Amino acid sequence: MTAAFVTGDGPPEVPLRRRLKRAERARQFKALALILPLLLFLLLTFLGPIAGMLWRAVDDREVRQVLPQTVAALADWDGRDLPDEKTYAALAADILAARTAGTVAIASKRLNYVQNGFRTLLAGTARNLKTAPEPGTANAALEKINPAWGERATWTAIRSASGPITSFYLLAALDLTRNADGAIVAAPADQAIYRDVFARTFMISFGVTALCLILGFPVAYLLATLPAGRSNLLMVFVLLPFWTSLLVRTCAWIVLLQSEGVVNDGLRWLGLIDAPLRLIYNRFGVVVAMTHVLLPFMILPLYSSMRAISPAYMRAAASLGASPATAFLRIYLPQTLPGIGAGSLLVFILALGYYITPALVGGAADQMISYFIAFYTTETVNWGLASALGAVLLLATLLLAGVYGKLVHGAPVTGGMKN
Amino acid sequence: MEGGMVTPAQALVRFAGIQKTYDGEHLVVKNLDLDIRKGEFVTLLGPSGSGKTTTLMMLAGFEVPTQGNIYLAGRPINNLPPHRRDIGMVFQNYALFPHLTVAENIAFPLSVRNIGKSEARERVRTALRMIKLENLAQRRPGQLSGGQQQRVALARALVYNPQLVLMDEPLGALDKRLREQMQFEIKQLHETMGITVVYVTHDQSEALTMSDRIAVFNDGIVQQIDEPDALYERPVNSFVAHFIGENNVLAGTVETIERGYCRVALTAGGSVVAQPVNVAGAGVPTSLSVRPERISILANGAVHDGPNCLPATVQNTIYLGDHALAVLQVGGNGEFMVKLQPGAHEGLNRGQCVFITFRPEDCLALDPV
Repeated sequence: MTAAFVTGDGPPEVPLRRRLKRAERARQFKALALILPLLLFLLLTFLGPIAGMLWRAVDDREVRQVLPQTVAALADWDGRDLPDEKTYAALAADILAARTAGTVAIASKRLNYVQNGFRTLLAGTARNLKTAPEPGTANAALEKINPAWGERATWTAIRSASGPITSFYLLAALDLTRNADGAIVAAPADQAIYRDVFARTFMISFGVTALCLILGFPVAYLLATLPAGRSNLLMVFVLLPFWTSLLVRTCAWIVLLQSEGVVNDGLRWLGLIDAPLRLIYNRFGVVVAMTHVLLPFMILPLYSSMRAISPAYMRAAASLGASPATAFLRIYLPQTLPGIGAGSLLVFILALGYYITPALVGGAADQMISYFIAFYTTETVNWGLASALGAVLLLATLLLAGVYGKLVHGAPVTGGMKN
Repeated sequence: MEGGMVTPAQALVRFAGIQKTYDGEHLVVKNLDLDIRKGEFVTLLGPSGSGKTTTLMMLAGFEVPTQGNIYLAGRPINNLPPHRRDIGMVFQNYALFPHLTVAENIAFPLSVRNIGKSEARERVRTALRMIKLENLAQRRPGQLSGGQQQRVALARALVYNPQLVLMDEPLGALDKRLREQMQFEIKQLHETMGITVVYVTHDQSEALTMSDRIAVFNDGIVQQIDEPDALYERPVNSFVAHFIGENNVLAGTVETIERGYCRVALTAGGSVVAQPVNVAGAGVPTSLSVRPERISILANGAVHDGPNCLPATVQNTIYLGDHALAVLQVGGNGEFMVKLQPGAHEGLNRGQCVFITFRPEDCLALDPV
């Protein structure tokens, strides 16, 4: 009788561990197959473009393509004196070739970022250089067309833009630049605007997040504690903004807040003010409109974390001698921390990338980083700088998400109570 | 009921004329007068909706009586918020704080009372030793088994030596074996620490095992307050007789009452002699109550000349290990249970006609159901 059972424990042909692995593999394969369509979609529409953007932030091949001989000749240049005659000849040849190909503007646009006026210099030279100068006279011929060719800075500019990759855009996004010697220095004051813009972006986002938390917490608490019927009704009001387009909601705020708007008219009718308050096209309008739009993103995570907190905890705290305030601070609030963290992170990150709302209801001094990214992509077509600004924003966001992950790692989730 | 009376001076808890309604139409607690002595283990027992949990919640301070007063150690506490009552409470689902460790959970009532750190640490250690969980002090509640969580909840409710401990079906979520073990442990804690316990349950065997006295609730009214054996032996009405233990019911009408006994004519024919408990007088309908273990099945052909001998038909027999049950048809009642010695059921066959007998003092004439 026992012999029949022993066979199961005898030396098996396949070790148990391997059999388990084989069984698991089939399941993993199935799981992979389930997410494959989404994975491909994300790869194509999300991760691909992000990688492209990050690449464009350091990509620097325009000058190299248009002026290949010059770039090659400058590789040997020591950078102290003016380049040798060979380099001048190479530039003259490149300019002539580029004029034929019609690519002068590509290089001049890139070089103009390094040094203002380079566009004029290169375009003028291309216009005036009729034929290839005689051997040995390239230097004189170019300097005759524009004395700028006799300045070291002009050549440093070309060399700094000769690629194939550059830190120029990333440095510019942080208000830094390289001087003629290649050392990293602060950018000139008239170009140094991005640190301010980043600081402004973070300040506005932080303010909006704080406001959302202050306004959202009591609402979420009410939602979580009301009986189901009324809670559902209130939830509809919370979700209502989701069913209206962002543009419509932002425009509604313009109608409400403008100097002849509902709020100002109401205040004047009540006799509280004589002249209309300036409520829009300033920081106030931006924060109000953004808070309104982002509030649901705070309320929903808070609500879900509060729903998981059984009212029995507060009763238990009271029965153990804790006053309502103590019970709230020591028992309730700590259990909502995951919700506060998730909601704040969500609102903060969404706020960082806000574009339409500040563009419509903000003044010139209230534009956030996304406005500048859009400006460089669509107005001046400076993709390098737009990408660099985007890359810095992405990095800051990832850093924040990382800090959040560290903070909530090992944080308690509701357990023990099942009801 | 004389044994159940407590003078006001003795009572730690006193419910005086308590009524409670939630909707303004129906009284959940109809008219409650209940005294609980210091050091006593009192169980509020009843089916769900009988008002027992509401009574406990009023005592804890989470519900306010609609009428009447509750006194704790002689002071009225109707307007005292729960956190100032100095009552320990163990909840149905333990309500351990999930974000705190076991030790922090137990220390919580001490820290809100501003008890010094070193003393608090010592008392937590003592409490952990008492529940034999010293090595799990740093775990979170989610990492404990149901029985361990239950012990922590108990330690947390006892660590600050409250004058009164309330327990709201604390063992409901445990399996049978663990429940019996915890019943024993709670009873032991009660005896060694001399605490006063008010315990709510709907499980009558739990109530019988643990309590000094049991208050049986039904319909918002306390039907009977008594010691466990008195409740079982001398129920005051049909509800209590039915709710505590197994019970056989026979319907009839009282014919005569004399010298402490009454003669009852059964509705299905025949008559028996019973002890009148809750009958107004001759001529009123009554329900007779007989416990299964107080009935004998007469051996085939045996003659019985006592007063209570009824014909019965065997419906079924059930073997239960330590004893057996015979299910009989007696009068109109098709579920008449008789408890037998194990093995005694083998001589009984389905459809067989037998005679049963029981003593008049084991048959109680109660209010009709």
